[in-house]
Amino acid sequence: MKYTEIAVVGGGPAGLSAAITAAKYGAKVTVIERNNNLGGQLKKQTHKFFGSQNQYASIRGIEIADILESQLKEYNVEVLNGATVLGLYEDGVLTIDKKDKYIKLKPDRIVVATGAYEKFLSFPNNDLPGVYGAGAVQTLMNQYGVKPGKDVLMVGAGNIGLIVSYQLMQAGVNVKAVIDAAPRIGGYLVHASKIRRLGIPILTSYTIKEAHGKDWVEGATICQLDENWQMISGTEIDMDVDTICISVGLSPLADLLWQIGCEMKYIPELGGHVPVRDENLETSKEGIYIAGDVAGIEEASSAMVEGRLAGLCASNSLGYSIKDFEKERRDLLEQLNSLRSGPVGEKILKGLERVSKVIA
Amino acid sequence: MRIDDHPILDFKRGKEIKFTYDGREMIGYEGDTIASALHAAGVRVLGHHFKTGRARGFYCAIGNCSSCLMTVNGRPNVRVCVEELKEGMVVETQKGKGELK
Repeated sequence: MKYTEIAVVGGGPAGLSAAITAAKYGAKVTVIERNNNLGGQLKKQTHKFFGSQNQYASIRGIEIADILESQLKEYNVEVLNGATVLGLYEDGVLTIDKKDKYIKLKPDRIVVATGAYEKFLSFPNNDLPGVYGAGAVQTLMNQYGVKPGKDVLMVGAGNIGLIVSYQLMQAGVNVKAVIDAAPRIGGYLVHASKIRRLGIPILTSYTIKEAHGKDWVEGATICQLDENWQMISGTEIDMDVDTICISVGLSPLADLLWQIGCEMKYIPELGGHVPVRDENLETSKEGIYIAGDVAGIEEASSAMVEGRLAGLCASNSLGYSIKDFEKERRDLLEQLNSLRSGPVGEKILKGLERVSKVIA
Repeated sequence: MRIDDHPILDFKRGKEIKFTYDGREMIGYEGDTIASALHAAGVRVLGHHFKTGRARGFYCAIGNCSSCLMTVNGRPNVRVCVEELKEGMVVETQKGKGELK
């Protein structure tokens, strides 16, 4: 049995921020990451971030991953990469598969920062090869330098759909249209404007009716929706595409929290089932903290701030004396608040209200 | 299917890696996953559903969805979207649910 003070599950923006902060205050930290590379989804974010300087605004995600990784080295954080956490048990033991080696790890505290998965959409032939998650296409292009196809239909005009459409064009792939079932574009207008300037139409109140093809995608039919989200017959448009990107949101990857019996609630505004937590991001199970998309779908900027908050509070709970703990904690909470301003933030705050406990 | 020109990213291809796909000799590059090398070579169908026989490709590309399972070096149910490509790998389309030898 291996021992550590704080185990961080997931080496993305939230997990790395948690690990760096906890280690900075003196805790012995172990990060467990299933990929060989650290950085999680930052590794494919070629766009510049928003927010303020505290959240690396105007720096590209790929560069933020490198910054976090070098800070991690500075603080001597132990990294288990290529290592998948298999389970989390009642006695607080994490079991890990690291390249076919079975490891048992007993931490004093755990920060679960496992992220999210891409949602799917039902329509005829949605299982054809060539129907890919928008994030998957981003990975294929920006991490491996491979184009997903020649002509793409993007389903979903949220930020991921808009950003990936732009990145497809940067990679030399033709995006025929971006469609969204909602009557309004969900993502930021600055992203929408960028792709409209490239001549890509964004069709709101449109959905995909079906995909065509035998062994892979050879086309798609889209269709307009009425105010009750029903297809209007006669409005079908056939599109000659070989790739269909699905960008209809993310759901928290919360399996470990379910297994250990954390209290969970279904909060649509946060992407699905999320753990009940207090202000310090501790779940209903003492010593188990959360940060990033597993706590509710938001952006990488807030994931990093949540990571710092979870790392700070986990270190503090271990008894490490942290000068200005309360000031630091308040500052991070304030940063989260300011990231949650605007219409998208309002929705997130509404969801958080129903899943946050007040600390007694 | 490889990206040659990109306004932000500079893809420095690693050294060539030879592997076989259903007996065919293929070439990928250091840094590829099996799926990225296959996709770059135009292979989108990675397998077939064990009951319906319908074609399967990857969906998530980050190891979550298990839509991309193949047999690699005789070992079944490998998620090729996250499995690093190595010299001499024998990649095969999996029949059925895969059996451990």
